[in-house]
Amino acid sequence: MLRPVAKGVKAMEKATLLSLYRTMRLIRRFEERIVELINRNEIPGVTHEYVGEEAVATGVCSVLRPDDVITSTHRGHGHILAKGGQPRRMIAELMGRESGYNRGRGGSMHIADLSLGIYGANGIVGAGAPIACGAAFAAKLNGKDRVAVAFFGDGATNQGVVHEAMNLAAIWSLPVIFVCENNGYAISASIKEMATIERLSDRARGYGMPGEWVDGMDVLAVRGAAEKAVAHARRGEGPTFLECRTYRFVGHFTAERALNIRYRGDEEIAEWRKRDPVETFPAWLEREGIATAAETEGVRREVEGALEDAIAFARASPFPQGEEALDGMYATSYPNLPARGV
Amino acid sequence: MREIRYLEALSEALREEMRRDPRVVVIGEDIRHSLRGMTKGILQEFGPNRIFDTPISEAGFTGLATGAAMAGMRPVVEFQINALLFLAFDQLVDQALKLRYMMGGQGKVPVTYILPASGARPGLAGQHADHPYPLLLHMGMKAAMPSTPRDAKGLFTAALRDDDPVMIFAPAALGGTRGPVPEGDFVIQLGQAEVKRKGNDMTIVAVGPLVPAALKVAEELAGDGISAEVVDPRSLLPIDHETIVGSVRKTGRVVIFDDSNRTCGFAAELAAIIADEAFESLRAPVKRVTRADVPVPFSPPLENYVLPTRDKLLAKCRALAKA
Ligand SMILES: Cc1ncc(C[n+]2csc(CCOP(=O)(O)OP(=O)(O)O)c2C)c(N)n1
Ligand SMILES: [Mg+2]
Repeated sequence: MLRPVAKGVKAMEKATLLSLYRTMRLIRRFEERIVELINRNEIPGVTHEYVGEEAVATGVCSVLRPDDVITSTHRGHGHILAKGGQPRRMIAELMGRESGYNRGRGGSMHIADLSLGIYGANGIVGAGAPIACGAAFAAKLNGKDRVAVAFFGDGATNQGVVHEAMNLAAIWSLPVIFVCENNGYAISASIKEMATIERLSDRARGYGMPGEWVDGMDVLAVRGAAEKAVAHARRGEGPTFLECRTYRFVGHFTAERALNIRYRGDEEIAEWRKRDPVETFPAWLEREGIATAAETEGVRREVEGALEDAIAFARASPFPQGEEALDGMYATSYPNLPARGV
Repeated sequence: MREIRYLEALSEALREEMRRDPRVVVIGEDIRHSLRGMTKGILQEFGPNRIFDTPISEAGFTGLATGAAMAGMRPVVEFQINALLFLAFDQLVDQALKLRYMMGGQGKVPVTYILPASGARPGLAGQHADHPYPLLLHMGMKAAMPSTPRDAKGLFTAALRDDDPVMIFAPAALGGTRGPVPEGDFVIQLGQAEVKRKGNDMTIVAVGPLVPAALKVAEELAGDGISAEVVDPRSLLPIDHETIVGSVRKTGRVVIFDDSNRTCGFAAELAAIIADEAFESLRAPVKRVTRADVPVPFSPPLENYVLPTRDKLLAKCRALAKA
């Protein structure tokens, strides 16, 4: 269930509320279409789907400016879409095409668009946190009021580099928001076994920064908390740790089902599914009379169309040529670099 | 030409670049007080927004430099000791080095890392004496190891102007050496080895802190009637194949004198290049004098046994001359 509606929400523009729904729906359907494409071998490898967690990326990125920076994770599609990433270029990347964001050099775990401030998904848990601090450090030195958001999971909060990053951001009062997506698990490891505290946001106090906890299934609650943290950072008052309690409805990655491992019960999943933000939010919009059923249906149709178009674009895009694999490694080039394999 | 010390040359390169380019900032441990001697005077001249003392968080500040570089800064990161690279390895190779490629060529990561006390110093034992440059070269990180004050200024400046991550290894053993250094703007491009002494009978490829010892050995060999050429690669990656291979083609004999570990070390790579590109000119097998694959031991006789030394090089060269 949605938490009680925050004061002032109704005053929020209808267009904004519908766009939050659109982003969440886009992320959900993007992930579902990607799984189909993986199963049909149109996408090599596997991806980590963001299904169930849509309200977090959507709420946070809804208060960011295009010039704000994010660093993302292995479960990055949601962050990238919410920050304005184009489905066409994302799916083209997933299919390994030249027209993809990374020209086929990166795939799911490395999608980046520096022009949108997306400093990349990341295959190494926690590794994006200090990079976000660097972007914030540059903004601060240059007198810009840009902020940086580091997304990471509950598992990542046990990575040393995340703690180093939090401390650096705190001592230098960097405009960073550490968004911890606590979905309860790091692959099969329950956070209950890997940390003794109930709220990971309590760790923030150890670094002298505000630690906020928010229901990550409630897009408006996330948005409200993010708004506060972003404003704090923009005013030059330093970082915030924002824990968003959420849940992933599907396996850790696409292939989990085939592994037949069980670390959580069906009942637990079913309980969380009742709070699915992609279902509860449009229902609330309709119930409150903010949008009509026809309007939410319009959003769904538009999302389907955008994804159809993106898939068609990706399918029609050429693959890169094998011999181009050595391009792009260095910005300043020299003879004999990079070394060839033959 | 005026003569200055190696560390002063590094410091001069950095300060001159900082005057030219406001995007250059320095990050590291104990650098405002210049524990290592390279950042002396920077705080006074440039103020606290250009030089930052960090907590002991190598992975954290290495990653911070990457993000800052992607956002348009040109950070210089000083590592206090060699072994700290191990702590920052993910941020060095998996992030800073790979990001541009993995992003399909978007953006750039112009960070210069500098190790102003690299290699062994007597009595520091296993965790303070590694010289782990091959690990970075293996992953494709550009790197250089100047052996003279002149090369220090020129190569450091080239690194500072390079748009990719570059690591400068500045051997502790050379920090106090003096030599002529050009004043003002002075760059030595990466990828250019230098013949430090000409000779005809054999080539000694000597790296970093071993170059002065190699020159002394060449002098002794001259007394034996053996004319040894000493080639200093200077740039570890990119590697100047032409100069190194060209010397071996001329002499037909080569000893590689390198201060990294034996297995998959820098000398192994040079030996492979030489075998590949100059096999028909070789009149004897390629020989290496390197570190042994153990941690550098503490006690002087043990340490001496493990590290590449002038005596070992001299013996190897004399044997090779007869081969
Ligand atoms: C440093 C590191 N260790 C291990 C892995 C393998 N791995 C990938 S995702 C993951 C779990 C991450 O959990 P969490 O941070 O909670 O993110 P979530 O997958 O739940 O979104 C692990 C162990 C990795 N990629 N990086
Ligand atoms: Mg998790």
